[in-house]
Amino acid sequence: MGKTLAEKILSLKSGGDAQAGDVVISDVDLAFVQDTTGPLAIRQFKESGFQALAKPQQTMMFLDHAAPSPAQQLSNDHILLRRFAGEMGCRIYDVGEGICHQLVAENFANPGDIIVGADSHTVTAGALGAFATGMGSSDVAVALALGKTWFRVPESFQIELSGAFPRGVYAKDLVLYLIGQIGADGANYKALEFGGRALARMTMSQRLTIANMAVEAGAKVGLFPADKVTWNFLREHGRGDKYKPLSADAGANYEQVILVNLDQLLPMVSLPHAVDNVRPAAQVKGVKIQQAFIGTCTNGRLEDLAVAADILKGRKSHPGTRLLIAPASRQVLIRAIEKGYIRSLIEAGAIVLPPGCSACLGLHQGVLGDGEVCLSTANRNFRGRMGNPEAMIYLASPATAAASAIKGEITDPREFM
Amino acid sequence: MSDLMLKGRAIKLGDNISTDDIIPGRFAHLRSNLPELAKHVLEDGAPDFASKVKALSATGEGKAILVVGKNLGLGSSREHAPVVVKMSGVAAILAKSAARIFFRNAINQGLPVLLCDTDKIGDGDELEINVTGGKIADLTSGITLSCGKMPAIMSAILGEGGLIPYIQKYKDFVATG
Repeated sequence: MGKTLAEKILSLKSGGDAQAGDVVISDVDLAFVQDTTGPLAIRQFKESGFQALAKPQQTMMFLDHAAPSPAQQLSNDHILLRRFAGEMGCRIYDVGEGICHQLVAENFANPGDIIVGADSHTVTAGALGAFATGMGSSDVAVALALGKTWFRVPESFQIELSGAFPRGVYAKDLVLYLIGQIGADGANYKALEFGGRALARMTMSQRLTIANMAVEAGAKVGLFPADKVTWNFLREHGRGDKYKPLSADAGANYEQVILVNLDQLLPMVSLPHAVDNVRPAAQVKGVKIQQAFIGTCTNGRLEDLAVAADILKGRKSHPGTRLLIAPASRQVLIRAIEKGYIRSLIEAGAIVLPPGCSACLGLHQGVLGDGEVCLSTANRNFRGRMGNPEAMIYLASPATAAASAIKGEITDPREFM
Repeated sequence: MSDLMLKGRAIKLGDNISTDDIIPGRFAHLRSNLPELAKHVLEDGAPDFASKVKALSATGEGKAILVVGKNLGLGSSREHAPVVVKMSGVAAILAKSAARIFFRNAINQGLPVLLCDTDKIGDGDELEINVTGGKIADLTSGITLSCGKMPAIMSAILGEGGLIPYIQKYKDFVATG
């Protein structure tokens, strides 16, 4: 019988015949923690009695969630992580380098890899055909020490994409639409596997946005096949030699098949306080926003900033709306400066924040006030997510965020195209 | 090994309790100070939760069993979420479904999560739970519920009191038959 992508990768890495429902012990190619999950992972690592990392070259620490730190306790957590990295001989990406998932995509993730990170959006690297999944601090601590972990092989949903994105519609709109269809727990424990004729024209940036949000439908991974787009991305990032084609077998067994024709999609918005509470932007327009936030591991890449800059160039953000921009990595920021996007954004009234997670999770850089509304390009709008349970968060694409920042209210971006 | 048995009372909450509900990101600075962090468990969505657990524990009638609806613990991978639930005094969680990372984290922390039809359990019901066998007796209503089975490796980890004690004992993942 044919294998799904998930079964294929886990078979290779566990050295057996992995089928959905099996429990396998698998090698781990890359294990990482970030600054809000790393300190607990280090404590668990030490409590377990471990002395060394199994694969120091394949272990990473990222200081991105509190970057730079707004509190002495978090600064001390950073010291702990820097010391541990120094002692253990693993690489640390310090404050200002960017978001862990973006840096993993730019520098490390390869087709067929197993990646575990102490962060739920580790799924982002599925865009490159890596079986990448989020785990807690204890699981990652053990993976750091043993170089392996256990998985239950997930059943897969096939998401078959046809057509092309219409004007004003982006990968974010597709993934919000999908989560609305599947539900926030509809793919719990499952793999989402993307395929179809639309993939040939889907950039790596778009794939990363989609894979990033697989976890918002409950999924364990969001997997793309490795194809020409993957090959080009790897070559551009100096590791074309790591490319290998990877796709599901014909006759693989899928628990569900979901067909989406991109031609028919609209700009979408996710409403408070649930990611699966999704409606077309046109139905939500007019909701006043005090903050627009463009960035995060979902939508802080160069293509995202290009779309926002294109809409905002020569215009001004609304005086009642703060426009925050946080590039996903230092490389993204440098390229955005070179291309003139940052100038356009700042002239339009944007506040440019350091590369990192920024306002996304409510611990600094754009915490909302009581009753305030934020339109964010992030992946979560749970109550309290951006630092205040009395605030409201709507999620949308960078285009919708840029258009909404101009009008000071939720706006269908096609009004500005 | 004898079956792990628990007796306690249900504290009921709803569906889709996210890790941001349990312990929001704005308390990230307390994550290396767990006793301080734990004071904020569920404080936005269920501000009386911690005092209810405490009151229940004080009566000596048994432990607090958190009983919730579907998709418990969706969101972040922060293991601090099950950590603070456990530190509040909750001895076990019953849920219709749980998000996978939270589920695995809770088991890794030695906090049992059993999946069953929690609509049948009322707030304050007296419960007797066979964690190992996956059986729940609701002594208030007189009904019995069966739970879905977890993979053998998870039962073994839970049986040792969590992933770290499991690893301290076996030094590796071992087949448990």
